[in-house]
Amino acid sequence: MHRFANPTQFMRIANAIYPWVAGVAILCFLFGLPIALITSPADYQQGNTVRILYLHVPAAVLAEMIYYAMAAGSAAYLIWRHPMANLVAKASAPMGAMFTALCLICGMLWGEPMWGTFWVWDARLTSTLIMFFFYLGYLALGDAFEDPERGDRASAILALVGVVNVPIIKFSVNWWNTLHQPASLSLTKSNMSGDMLLPLFLMMGAYAAFYVTVLIIRVRSELLAAKIRNARMSQIAAMPQMAE
Amino acid sequence: MDAFRDFLDMGGYAVWVWSAYGISALSLIGMLVWSVRTLKARQKEFDVLKNSRG
Amino acid sequence: MSVFGTVFKRDIRHAVRQSADSLTVVAFFAIATVLFPFGIGPEANVLARIAPGVLWVTALLAALLSLDRLFAIDYEDGTLDQLVLSGQPLSMVVLAKITAHWMTTGVPLLVISPVLAVTLNMPKDGYLPLLAALLLGTPTVSLIGGIGAALVLGSRRGGVLLSLLVLPLYIPILIFGTMSVESALTGQTPGPTLMVLAGFAVLAVTFSPWATAAALRQAVE
Repeated sequence: MHRFANPTQFMRIANAIYPWVAGVAILCFLFGLPIALITSPADYQQGNTVRILYLHVPAAVLAEMIYYAMAAGSAAYLIWRHPMANLVAKASAPMGAMFTALCLICGMLWGEPMWGTFWVWDARLTSTLIMFFFYLGYLALGDAFEDPERGDRASAILALVGVVNVPIIKFSVNWWNTLHQPASLSLTKSNMSGDMLLPLFLMMGAYAAFYVTVLIIRVRSELLAAKIRNARMSQIAAMPQMAE
Repeated sequence: MDAFRDFLDMGGYAVWVWSAYGISALSLIGMLVWSVRTLKARQKEFDVLKNSRG
Repeated sequence: MSVFGTVFKRDIRHAVRQSADSLTVVAFFAIATVLFPFGIGPEANVLARIAPGVLWVTALLAALLSLDRLFAIDYEDGTLDQLVLSGQPLSMVVLAKITAHWMTTGVPLLVISPVLAVTLNMPKDGYLPLLAALLLGTPTVSLIGGIGAALVLGSRRGGVLLSLLVLPLYIPILIFGTMSVESALTGQTPGPTLMVLAGFAVLAVTFSPWATAAALRQAVE
């Protein structure tokens, strides 16, 4: 674990896996998209709208996974002061927010033709919406201070507070949902046919590999930002001598 | 040709399916482009800083 | 006891001197609640139906307004640095400050809530559960709010940012708080939901002073 704390070590590993994950992402999209859009059969109940599922489910999985990754990174940063763990959390947050938004949007575009409404206060959709607000809070807090390190620490604590609250919120929303008898969702998840699994896994792989690829790019760029700040700092420190 | 029209039509659900795929594609591409651009801009800025210090 | 007592007494004394602050929070609670009949219409049964939810939402927003100043004054005048450096258990300090905050904002909200329930035409059966739910829920509101207030210290956009951080965390309290009142109104026992609120309060007392202390420490670091 401590090996990864060193930026040079971390970037060596990241650079080594970078072409592979980028390749996996491209391959998965290349095979996954045609299968999801063309060769996979339309559902006998939902028709072609079932194809939205191949975007909705992977986005939902990534949205949640990235949140846990962020919380883990934040914990490592706060406990062991691993700067790289923080950079991973920071670089993940915009993507987590994006996947959460995509999950919600695709869910809505699926819900309208199927349930006749863009939005139902279904337990899962509601929890996802709350998760979206967590991401927004994390991003807004990290960006709210003059001193970037202060923003890093504050948002790391927030990520942990959020992750502790995830089970409580899910429990509450489920309770609330069963009590208020939501619009009955006639579509059960159990009728997922085997033909749907292949495109689903491919798209899931594509999204996950995309996340890792862009994560490496973003971590590189966060590292550079830190280097730029340091260089600026030392320039300012050197200023008086230059004036003499 | 008919097959292609059927494909675009998505069994009458073209609006929903294609907007879901379109929005997702735009978001992912946008995220990629934004991240790469930020990286390049910072790389440039860093190089300038390094050269100015000699 | 000593740290807790000193900080608690100091904060209460300060709040008594600045009693206009607490009154403003109560006034906000009243005005925000009174807006609903204008927005929704004065039909008695409609208002009675939404009363528990409206009271809870406005109470949460009112509590949120008062959180801004929870640590800000001590942060600005340097008292906070001293408290952190003093080596006293910071979570005790936090607990004292939050208890004082709850007594000067949560309790006034609780006291005024039956009056506002009357204006919304809430049935009689709901009053006792409403008070019980607010009594069990508002401490959690102050405790969770304390984390947010500590996190945004010294940030560029304090107040708005605080609401973005804290409001999502209030959703469970809102759900069970409203449900306690509604179950009483529909002839069920509010016992189980009140128990859940009490459980939240216990969890919040255990964890949030600790998280708040961590947030304060990094704020003055």
